[in-house]
Formats: sequence, structure tokens, C-alpha cells
Amino acid sequence: MSATSYTIVNLPDQRTATIPKRNYLNNEDGLLSWLFTGDHKRIAILYLISITFFFFIGGAFAGLIRLELLTPQPDLVASDTYNKFFSMHGIVMIFLFLVPSVPATLGNFLIPIMIGAKDLAFPKVNLLSWYLYWIGGLFTMAALVLGGVDTGWTFTTPLSTHYLNTHVVTAATGVFIIGFSSIFTGLNFIVTLHRMRAPGMTWFRLPLFCWSNYAASILMVLGTPVLAITLVLVALERLVGIGVFDPTKGGDPLLFQHLFWFYSHPAVYIMILPGMGVISEVISTFSRKRVFGYTAVAFSSVAIALFGFFVWAHHMFIMGVSNYSALVFSLLTMLVAVPSAIKIFNWAFTLQKGSITFETPMLYAFGFLGLFTIGGMTGVFLGALGMDIHLTETYFIVAHFHFVMVGGMLMAFLAGIHFWWPKMTGRMYPESLSKLAAVTTFIGFNLTFLPQFILGYLGMPRRYHAYPPEFQVLNVLSTAGATVLGVGYMLPLLYLGWSLKYGAIAGNNPWQATGLEWQIQSPPLTENFIETPVVDHEAYDYEWLEHKTAQEVTTVG
Amino acid sequence: MDNAIVATRPHTHETAVAAEHEHVALPQHRHHFETKEQQREAATFGMWLFLLTEIMFFGGLFFAYLLYRNWYHDAFVVSSNQLSIPLGAANTAILISSGFFMALAVWAAEVQKKSLLVIFLVLTTVFGVAFLGIKAVEYHEKWEKHHIPGNHFDVSEFINPPVNPKTGKLTEKPLAPDMAQKTQVFFFLYFAMTGMHAFHMILGIGLLFWLTWRANRGEFSAGYVAPIENFGLYWHFVDIVWLFLFPLLYLINRHPGY
Repeated sequence: MSATSYTIVNLPDQRTATIPKRNYLNNEDGLLSWLFTGDHKRIAILYLISITFFFFIGGAFAGLIRLELLTPQPDLVASDTYNKFFSMHGIVMIFLFLVPSVPATLGNFLIPIMIGAKDLAFPKVNLLSWYLYWIGGLFTMAALVLGGVDTGWTFTTPLSTHYLNTHVVTAATGVFIIGFSSIFTGLNFIVTLHRMRAPGMTWFRLPLFCWSNYAASILMVLGTPVLAITLVLVALERLVGIGVFDPTKGGDPLLFQHLFWFYSHPAVYIMILPGMGVISEVISTFSRKRVFGYTAVAFSSVAIALFGFFVWAHHMFIMGVSNYSALVFSLLTMLVAVPSAIKIFNWAFTLQKGSITFETPMLYAFGFLGLFTIGGMTGVFLGALGMDIHLTETYFIVAHFHFVMVGGMLMAFLAGIHFWWPKMTGRMYPESLSKLAAVTTFIGFNLTFLPQFILGYLGMPRRYHAYPPEFQVLNVLSTAGATVLGVGYMLPLLYLGWSLKYGAIAGNNPWQATGLEWQIQSPPLTENFIETPVVDHEAYDYEWLEHKTAQEVTTVG
Repeated sequence: MDNAIVATRPHTHETAVAAEHEHVALPQHRHHFETKEQQREAATFGMWLFLLTEIMFFGGLFFAYLLYRNWYHDAFVVSSNQLSIPLGAANTAILISSGFFMALAVWAAEVQKKSLLVIFLVLTTVFGVAFLGIKAVEYHEKWEKHHIPGNHFDVSEFINPPVNPKTGKLTEKPLAPDMAQKTQVFFFLYFAMTGMHAFHMILGIGLLFWLTWRANRGEFSAGYVAPIENFGLYWHFVDIVWLFLFPLLYLINRHPGY
């Protein structure tokens, strides 16, 4: 293939090409070789399958919630069943999908390759974290099967500890265990990025995907233990009545909120930062330009991570923090908008005068830009004290965090899956179908969640299974949108599955991208690189790609 | 920005072959590390990061302690008088000794003295178990006094403290009933913090048995000491947590009887 050409080819020009005979997928055979693998790429695939499974479970609950809200009357399920629906939707989606999504799948797969390493620093720990993910997932499912949890995903005391007779402890145990999975993943990434980089791969030559996962890892490592201890306290309070959150025994329920949100606000950035890394890669590749303000984008990830630890109390403005601390936390919350905006503006400048092509990953990335910007700006509304008091616990907040996390993270996740699918499987997916899915998702998403902003502004509270009849039109729109969204999510499942067998052979570098992962065969060898590469160019250096001749970094094995 | 062609490092093939040979000689050097140094650095760095998560884990409890101690100062003072300084101090000494033997064990591993390594690991274990034994005695005493938080918790002693038969004075400052209730918060924190600490020690002692067994087989006597070093870091971390717990729970704001 002509290396000087900037045209992006979706199909490889070596149409007669085949999947390399030896690669990480067929290196060893049998289920056991997968279940005991130390290969970061195989673990990433294990995660991808598991996460997809839980995503559709969480999605099924979302569907049930929207179905109940189709009519103002509580006619589908009773209120306690409805409470269990939204609790399971939240717990599954946050802890089993959003937190691990990009880091555990794409991060696991790509970080070692992007830095020119053979594997993550601790392969066994990596596998352990997948098992912990499943053990935690099974506890969560057990809580569901045994009768459900109706606290919401936040397990807020005293509701969770004193007033409910559901399986809070089982679910909390599940989340506790998943937390360790997350800690180990983060720890593995940090050590790998510090100690395993190939010669010449300096910090400022790292792809931005690595930077953003690095920042998210810091949050995982520092935040998750606090969630763990908080859940231990909830379990103890419930089981033996120790009184740490119980005012009648001298405890304080607000302490729970402080500890919980100290993790769970940074957790929002655990969810979004890796997605931002994906977007940087995709936008750069499909506009054929180095990411504008590379250093600013890199540092803004770390800045978001650091600021993320100082804003937790904005979840508690109406719950009894003093006016002064509310003021300070309001201000700090708005500060997080600065590094986020730095990223958005830099992506916009990257696009400017770029040779933009609209491949499927790029469509998802554009979806991300629009939806995340709306989500972020409505976050500023919520950070402002006065507005927050009006909007807290309404559908406005539901719409806001769905725009950030679903519109942001899920779009980024899908962008990433489509972008690296050729690398992971060696095959392309059908282009027109994938573009249709991207557009369907975008339309469905907006139809689902834009009405919820209005509903919330008008005062419809979240977590209720009935509402006044005047809210019905908007709710019907939202439910219709959810249906479209569901179709948008099912499509990739089908055509990506199809492509595993029938997709065109992708070749090493179908997007003409610059990262090290594109210089090796697709799918890669188990050891990634036959010879450790020496890096002597910046990330996203398309001129370097142009100059790169037949001398490949590593060759097909 | 240098746009030169990516080159592969010369001698890489030779290095790989050499590594292959080394791989045979030292099975502990895993394939994905370039050098043994890199592997050792990664392991140590990973351990430090893990200890950082442990600090955050205990941090939640220390935060709760800080908060409640400010709110319920009187209850905390009276409750901490219930703890035995001699037992706590003895335990501090025992744990520091255990940490000392652990440090010696690391040294023994580094100078490749197998029998010394085993001896020091066993001594570390013995002192660790002794610490837990004394802790059990203290817990049992709390049980008998109804100082275990929960439904059997008894605050009457804090509202009507007993009179010291020798001096004829009250042994403690009497607390108002609502403040007396807050002693339960102190005891909860006492049990949560020392319990979490004891849990880490139990895990550590389990690992010590495993390491002693491996040391006895001679696994650490040929320059491969990362597991011993990293366990040493863990054990010292456990020591250090106790060195915060002892003053916070037992010592500060002690005062002679009322």
C-alpha cells in the first residue's frame, strides 16, 4: 500500500490478504487457555464480552423503567418493584459497565502495545481483576435474584441501613469486590506506563489515550478504597447496628455522603476520562492532524483527575452542608469545566483545516463532542448553587448525567470499539450498517434525554414511578427515544458479530493511523512485538507515517 | 520534531536470545520484562501504589475519627480511659519488634543467608501472633464490660461512673445521657480501626507462613528477593498504622480519674 497516500481506505487494498496465521487469538486453543491466560489482549476480550453482557442487562432495566413511565399511572409494576428496577439499572451500569468499560477493554488491549511493551506489568493481577469483576458481578446478580435492592445505586443511609429489607449487603459486597477489580486495573496501568515504555517513548510522545487512562487510573487507585471502606461501614451498620451513620447512636448520615461522594464524584471522571482519550485518537486520525495543544490535552486529563477530588460536596448542597462550604464547592465544581473545555477547544482546533473523513468511529466521536458539551454545560447549571436547589433530584439531573456518561462515555466506547475492531479481530465491519447504527444511536439518544431536561426543569422528580398527566407527552417522547436507542445498541452487536466470520480482512493499518498499535499485524502476536521498538517520533506524526517506508517497526510473524 | 524512520534497536535479537538464556537460569524473570531490574522496579512500584490504596482505605476511618472526636470530645476522652495503656504499650513494643525482625529478614534475603532468613521470618510471625493474642485479650475485656457497639452496648457506667474505693472519688467524669450515648461511636471506631488493622495482620501472617515455606525451599537465596522486600513494605505499613492508632485511641487526652 502506498504509504504516501492520505486517502483512508476502509477495505484493505490487499484484498486477497488473510488473517495472519499466528496471532494472539489462535496462539493457544481451548477454553482453559482463555480462562488462565496472562495475555493482556485476551483479558481485554474477556472483559469486552463480560461488559457487553452486563450492559444489556442494565439496558433491559432501562427499558423497563421507560416502559413504566410511558403512562402517568403506575400500571406496569408496583412502586417497590420500580425502585428495584432503577437501582439495578444504576448499579449494573455504573459499576459493571461504565467504570470498567474503556479501561478494562480498550485500555487493557492497547496500553502495552501503544507504549511498545509486551504485556502489562502484572499479567496475573490483570487476570485476577477480571475474576474479581465476575465474582462481584455474580454477587450483584444474586442480590437481584434474591429479591433486589431498592436504595438506588448510591446506597444512601439511613435508607439503606435502617428502612429497607432488601439485599443491600449482598449488592454492596458485589460492588466492594468490583472495586478491587478496578483498583488492580488502575495499579497495573500506572506501573506499566511508568516502567514498561519502550526506548524513546517519552511521556510527551505517549498517545493521549495513555495519558487519559493514566489520569483515570490515579482516580481508581486513590478513590476506590474510600468507597470500599464506606461499603464495609454500611454493611456493618446494617448487620450489627454499629451506629456510625445512625443519629440515635451518635452517628451522622452525612458522613456516609461525604465518604461515598469522595469516591463517586471522581468516579464520574473514571468513567469519562478514558473515553476522552479515545476521542483524541479518533479525531486526530480522521482529520490527519496532530492533536492541537497536545500538552494541554495531556495535562488537562491530570487536572480533571485532581480537581475531581475537591468537588464531591456539590452532591450535598441541599443535604446540610454549611453555606460557606457550599459556596466553595460550587466554585471548585465550576473550575472542573476549565480542563474539560480545554479538551473540547483543542479537539475543535484539531478538526480545523484537517482532512476530515467521516468513518464510523469519527461519527461516534462527533456524537461525543455534541452530547458531552451539552452534558458538561448543564453541569455548570447544577454546579451553581441556586439552580442546583431547584434542579436537584429532578429529571434535569438524570438528563445531565446521562448526557455526560451515556452521551459521553458510551459514544466514546463505541467509537473506540469501532476504531480498534480491525486491530482486535483483523476484520472490518460493514460500513453502511455501522454508520446507520451511529446515526440511530445519536438520534435515539437525543430523543430520549432532551425531553428529560424539560421534564426536570418543570419539576418532575426522579425515582418516581408515577407522575402528573401533563408530563406524559415528554415521557412518551423519551420512551420512544429509548426504543430507537435500543435499536442503535443492538445493531453493532449483530454486525460486529457477523464481521468476526465474514468481515473483510482489515490489514495492519486500515485507517492510516500513526500509533504503534497500527504498525504491527492485525490481530497482533501474543508477544505484540517481535523486537522491542525504538520510538523516535511524536504521537500523531503523520509526516513520519508518510516517510515510513517498507521498513516496518515489526513484521508479521 | 524528528521525522526519521523508526529503527529497531541493534543487538535486539542478541538481547532477546540472552534474555531467553537468562529466562532458563532464573525462572522468576518473566517474559514481558526486558530486564530483571525492570521487573524488580515494577514490583516495588506496584507495592508502593498498593500501599497508597491502603492509606486511602484507612483514611476513611481516620476521617470519621477526626470528625467525631471533634463533635464528641468528652465521650471520646472518657472512652479512651477504658483502654489499657499497659496492654497497648506492650503491643506497640511487640509490633515494633516484629517489624525489626522483618527488616532483618529482608537483610538476610539480600545477603542470601537462607537459615537466617527463615529464622527471622519465623520470629516476625511469632511476634505478630503475640500481638493478635493481646488484642484478643483486650477485645474479650470489652465484651465483658458491654463495650461492644450494638444492641448490648451499655452506657450506664459512663452516666454513673463507679467510685474509686481508695480515694472515695468518682473514677470518671460523669457524662450527660446524650453524651454518654456517643461513647458508642468511640468504641465503634476503636473496633473498626483496630479490627481492620488486625485483619491486615492476619492476612500478613498467612503470607508469612507461605514466604517461610518458600524461603525454606531456598527460593529467595539466589538474588530473587522482591517478594520478601515487598512483603516487608506491607508489614512495615501495618506497623505504621498501629503507630497512629495507639496514640489516637489510647493516649491523647488521658487524664487521671475525676
